[in-house]
Amino acid sequence: MDIFIQQIINGLVLGSMYALIALGYTMVYGIIGLINFAHGEVMMVGALTSWSIIGLMQESMPGTPGYLILLIALVISCVVAAALNFVIEKVAYRPLRNSPKLAPLITAIGMSILLQTLAMIIWKPNYKSYPTLLPSDTIDIAGAVITPTQVVILSVTAVSLAVLMWLVNYTKLGRAMRATAENPRVAGLMGVKPDVVISATFIIGAVLAAIAGVMYASNYGTAQHAMGFLPGLKAFTAAVFGGIGNLAGAVVGALLLGLIESIGAGYIGALTGGVLGSHYSDIFAFIVLIIVLTLRPSGLLGERVADRA
Amino acid sequence: MKQQKIILFVLAAIGLLVLPMVLQGFGNAWVRIADMALLFVLLSLGLNIVVGYAGLLDLGYVAFFAIGAYMYGLLGSPHLTETFPAIAAMFPEGLHTPLWIVVPLAAATAGIFGILLGAPTLRLRGDYLAIVTLGFGEIIRVFLNNLDHPVNITNGPKGISQIDPVSFFGLDLGKKASLLGFEFASVSLYYYLFLAMVVISVVISHRLELSRVGRAWMAIREDEIAAKAMGINTRNLKLLAFGMGATFGGVSGAMFGAFQGFISPESFSLMESVMIVAMVVLGGVGHLPGVILGAVLLSALPEVLRYVAGPLQAMTDGRLDASILRQLLIALAMITIMLLRPRGLWPSPEHGKTLQNTKT
Repeated sequence: MDIFIQQIINGLVLGSMYALIALGYTMVYGIIGLINFAHGEVMMVGALTSWSIIGLMQESMPGTPGYLILLIALVISCVVAAALNFVIEKVAYRPLRNSPKLAPLITAIGMSILLQTLAMIIWKPNYKSYPTLLPSDTIDIAGAVITPTQVVILSVTAVSLAVLMWLVNYTKLGRAMRATAENPRVAGLMGVKPDVVISATFIIGAVLAAIAGVMYASNYGTAQHAMGFLPGLKAFTAAVFGGIGNLAGAVVGALLLGLIESIGAGYIGALTGGVLGSHYSDIFAFIVLIIVLTLRPSGLLGERVADRA
Repeated sequence: MKQQKIILFVLAAIGLLVLPMVLQGFGNAWVRIADMALLFVLLSLGLNIVVGYAGLLDLGYVAFFAIGAYMYGLLGSPHLTETFPAIAAMFPEGLHTPLWIVVPLAAATAGIFGILLGAPTLRLRGDYLAIVTLGFGEIIRVFLNNLDHPVNITNGPKGISQIDPVSFFGLDLGKKASLLGFEFASVSLYYYLFLAMVVISVVISHRLELSRVGRAWMAIREDEIAAKAMGINTRNLKLLAFGMGATFGGVSGAMFGAFQGFISPESFSLMESVMIVAMVVLGGVGHLPGVILGAVLLSALPEVLRYVAGPLQAMTDGRLDASILRQLLIALAMITIMLLRPRGLWPSPEHGKTLQNTKT
């Protein structure tokens, strides 16, 4: 039973990181209908920036408490990621807004490769060990263990989600975002500036991705230029799973996906008598996705919209 | 005007036929690049049926390529006879399935997988379909990677080696051959084989484009509801497009396996799928010359640049090595080409009339 609880904890931690990334995907998709393939790379840039900052601070200011270093690194990497995503949108997506749908998709893929390559040049391609800045003694919960880092991840995710929900539902910017997602032209007639709203969306998405990146790196203890790709893919899967364009859907989808992955990975070996091992964990996400989409083509919480050609 | 076209055509044909003889002079590596470019043209032509004609975004296309390659690899290498004594007993000479059985088998298997994948997913809207096909590609890759236990079928990440080269009518493409006193290296022979296959595929694609089926696909691409209202059976036609594209992928996969002599799951990553989509879109979706241009450009150009990148590498004291430079160039090319020509380098002329308005 304690293994089960442990897997649930791991699943929730994993799922909450997916959720932060998935929100960026789903917000961008909801507003401009683009699969922003470079989003996983924004998360990677966030993580690597924080790694550099931590290295610098540990060298120049020894004795600074770990949580303070982590906090400062987190803030700086959020700013860097936000600036990066703002530029990406301006350079690669904005000129193509009225082009055929596949064109921005290709620039997004190109951006993803470009960012990975640049990261490889700037940070070198090796795996970097990410320092543990929070206390490492574990907390026991009914036989399962949880590290302080994981507790921080869960709480930071919860706070970020709450802030985001408040932003989207109760502020002027949020109303403008929802209006633009609904119908950009009419929103424009009502005095909303779609360009500003879209930029804001990319910035918010990047901040969430950078938070996810820093936490991902501190949870697994490594960072590398290719680290954003798979989580990005999974997060997008989660966004589709929950119904793309729907914020609550992205969170629900991501948490479910995290749980499915970790529980599946923990039990598949025992269930199939060792025939299928935990290295299949990467495909649970996709198998579940295919099944769910076959039964509910617009995702778990997605609206049933008519087919647009 | 017409005469000019014919002259141009003949010149192009002669150029393509002479190309490997010229390249051979510079070394076989250059012919190899041309071979890979032709294989990618073949793949892009297949994907063009799905993405270009029917308008279904398929991000897992490399899965069909993998299925074809593994089909050829398993049926034409010592791997199966070494692992299973029963098969070794059945084929005491070793398993060397003739080309005429393997290629249709690879095509059929890939086609069936294409239809199997398509059947439950074709109700999905565009981007949902994209992510499901992407997932399918990953699933196939993970299985190829892990099916080495409990029963060793695919040999896992180590891959399958010693695959038979293509041979037909007594001509073994794995060895040199000479004709009229001129020596053709193995890679040049493959070049002619792939060239012939590309020509056949272009003819098939072109005929498809003009056929009833092709027009129905394009109708579905432009407006599915309207197409349905016109009495087009959208479900069957979409399945047909999926199956047809997958078949192309399967055949080129088989050729890839034979050409390389070695396959491993690494060659069939998501990045490959993405690159094939990029080739189709960069060149000009749904337009055959554009697709060919895109495929040649994205597959051959970086390889060529790799050979001239030496000085640049020395200048940046090793930080920019060849593979990094190649990726950098691919990424920059993808972004700039799309920004300058959003409909591709060589888009089809009628495309402007469609729903996708280019200027507002």
